[in-house]
Amino acid sequence: MKISGAELFVKALKEEQVDTLFAYPGGQAIDLFNALYGEKDIEVILPRHEQGLVHAADGYARSTGKVGVCLVTSGPGATNLVTGIATANYDSVPLVCFTGQVPTNLIGNDAFQEVDTIGIMRSVCKYAVTVRKREDLAEIIKKAFYVAKTGKPGVVVVDIPKDIQLAMGEDTYPDEINIRGYKPNTHVHTGQIKRALTVLKNAKKPVFLIGGGVNIAHANKELTKLVELTGIPVITTIMGKGAIDTKHKLYVGNIGIHGSYAANHAISECDVLFSIGTRFNDRITGKIETFAQNAKIIHVDIDTAAISRNIVVDIPIVADAKNAINELLERAKPLDLEKWVEQINEWKNKYPINIGDSDMAPAKIIQSINKIFKEAIITTDVGQNQLWTTQFLDLNSNKKLLTSGGLGTMGYGLPAAIGAKIGNPKKDVVAIAGDGGMQMNIQEMATAVVNELPITICVLNNGYLGNVRQWQEMFYKKRYSSTCLRYRKGCETACNNPNKKCPEFTPDFVKLAESYGAKGIRVTKSEDIEKALKEAKKEKKVPTLIEFIIDRETNVLPMVRPGKALSEMTLEYKGEM
Amino acid sequence: MDTKKKKRWICLFVENEIGVLARVSGLFSSKSYNIDTITVGTTEDTTVSRMTISFTSDDKTFEQIKKQFNRSVEVIKVVDYTDIPIHMKEIIFIRINHCSEKDKKELFRIAEIFDISIVDYNYSSILFECTQTEDRNDALIKLLQEKFLNRIEITRGGVVATEAIGISNR
Repeated sequence: MKISGAELFVKALKEEQVDTLFAYPGGQAIDLFNALYGEKDIEVILPRHEQGLVHAADGYARSTGKVGVCLVTSGPGATNLVTGIATANYDSVPLVCFTGQVPTNLIGNDAFQEVDTIGIMRSVCKYAVTVRKREDLAEIIKKAFYVAKTGKPGVVVVDIPKDIQLAMGEDTYPDEINIRGYKPNTHVHTGQIKRALTVLKNAKKPVFLIGGGVNIAHANKELTKLVELTGIPVITTIMGKGAIDTKHKLYVGNIGIHGSYAANHAISECDVLFSIGTRFNDRITGKIETFAQNAKIIHVDIDTAAISRNIVVDIPIVADAKNAINELLERAKPLDLEKWVEQINEWKNKYPINIGDSDMAPAKIIQSINKIFKEAIITTDVGQNQLWTTQFLDLNSNKKLLTSGGLGTMGYGLPAAIGAKIGNPKKDVVAIAGDGGMQMNIQEMATAVVNELPITICVLNNGYLGNVRQWQEMFYKKRYSSTCLRYRKGCETACNNPNKKCPEFTPDFVKLAESYGAKGIRVTKSEDIEKALKEAKKEKKVPTLIEFIIDRETNVLPMVRPGKALSEMTLEYKGEM
Repeated sequence: MDTKKKKRWICLFVENEIGVLARVSGLFSSKSYNIDTITVGTTEDTTVSRMTISFTSDDKTFEQIKKQFNRSVEVIKVVDYTDIPIHMKEIIFIRINHCSEKDKKELFRIAEIFDISIVDYNYSSILFECTQTEDRNDALIKLLQEKFLNRIEITRGGVVATEAIGISNR
């Protein structure tokens, strides 16, 4: 049977079992939307901005393990996706993004709402392609889904010109696809696994360093088994957090410039570093020359390009984390590490992460979230709110953390929570954001309200772009340049002295939430924290925004100063670095 | 790994599609690597293009570049030509202007020795066409620049290479 390109598009989505589509219409996508009209098998979510749309698809994909699917129009629709695509691709989130395009005969004519979408997207996604012939459409969509979810997952952009959407053609959709230039690795090199285990056998002070790859591969159970079998302590990156229960006795903490003292010291002193699914980003290594300098390094990663890029490894294993861990489970033996674990526990007890002494210390808020939300998906924005969350949030098999680790995109938290709630209607979803990032996609409050998504949004309001302000305080002689969100015309342009006389913060988040039809609560005293969270949790129909007024100049500590080794952590800041 | 920079050659088999050249060159620029030469043409299979790319890098960068290409969907195969027997040629046109009779005599002699064709000519100008290895072309340019500086126009075609059957010629 002959059908239009738009009809084939809908058929392809169904064949790929897409049940949710995050979509914003426009002139060059109108035919695709027309084909979706009244479609019962696919729920079409209409966010309020394309950036919110793509972050929502990202949150949906991260929380369900399915491919997130976006549909937008050409030109500004496509360019508004860029940040979200880079965010998702950086954290290996599988997305397929369809963009409308001007008809093929107008491409290159500077037509209305025309941009070279593929030219723009190419460097921030895994694969990007324009459909140039109606007969290629089915195969390209099949290819898009296959590339997005296999190997190291990522974002695929499919640009569909309007005439292709309208053109009649075959209605067949392929079952399989063979791409000659793309053969993701599925096999584990047993020889390398054996070599790794030989090194491990003689280790006295080994550690596991676990990255996001383990969470993406859903290898959490397998990892826990391997840890319990071998007795090796576990350290995670921000993206790897939750790979093992954070209350597990062999869990040490996060590595990195805002990691825990015990974790960073264990990395610096270990003799074997067994890392799985991390690319040794500069945020975790500190000064690279001193990173795990006494250790033999074993590195499992699905991406060959991640191996020996930032640090040179002794035993590379190119494999999917789950496959590699299963291979290890078959052969690994228990190690006698009593002394080493004791040493790490001593560090942990002696230098716990300081929760601070302020009444509204952010740690208290995160710990209350731990207490009230036992089973939940937590999203964060980017900045101090994200770092406090990764420091203090408990994670286990019932709790998942979604955060923009690689790109560090402000404005991610709220839309990601929306996508997560849509994908997991029975789970509680909590978004943690700062007063800065919250305003970057605030319009998505409307999306949450109209879709009746009772998510809990925690805004930690200090009236500053706090993470940059902290750097300015510590490394730029307290020159708070453009970081105060309570600045108004008439303020001193050079001001580093927040006080009671500062102008009011705008917007009033509580009123704003109410104007959207959501619930708004303001918390100014620690005794009200839990009450507010409980109230939000009880709400079943509308989102609740809780604004926590926190001290203006609270810092994230401990930290490793730029250019310093992981072992040289600053535990307290007293005005001098 | 060697941290010294040296000259590298790779051969890429890629999908013959719009945008693939931009993808390949974009990979170099996004990682701040510079291409020395790049040549592209179709193969016996018209859906496949073959590229010969030369650039200068240390070992670590070179490994990264190869890995980046290997994981690209549009790249079918990557072959490292740096240390294997290959045949390599580069076409080059050199036009020498404002020649005196004496210059012309000398240029004819150079052409004979360097195995260069003279493909065009008038009373004051000579056009060389030369298909040699990149190194020999470099040597020729150096020689001509000594004497004819500011009077020559050079058009280099970039390197084309293929694996050797028996003898190597690079």
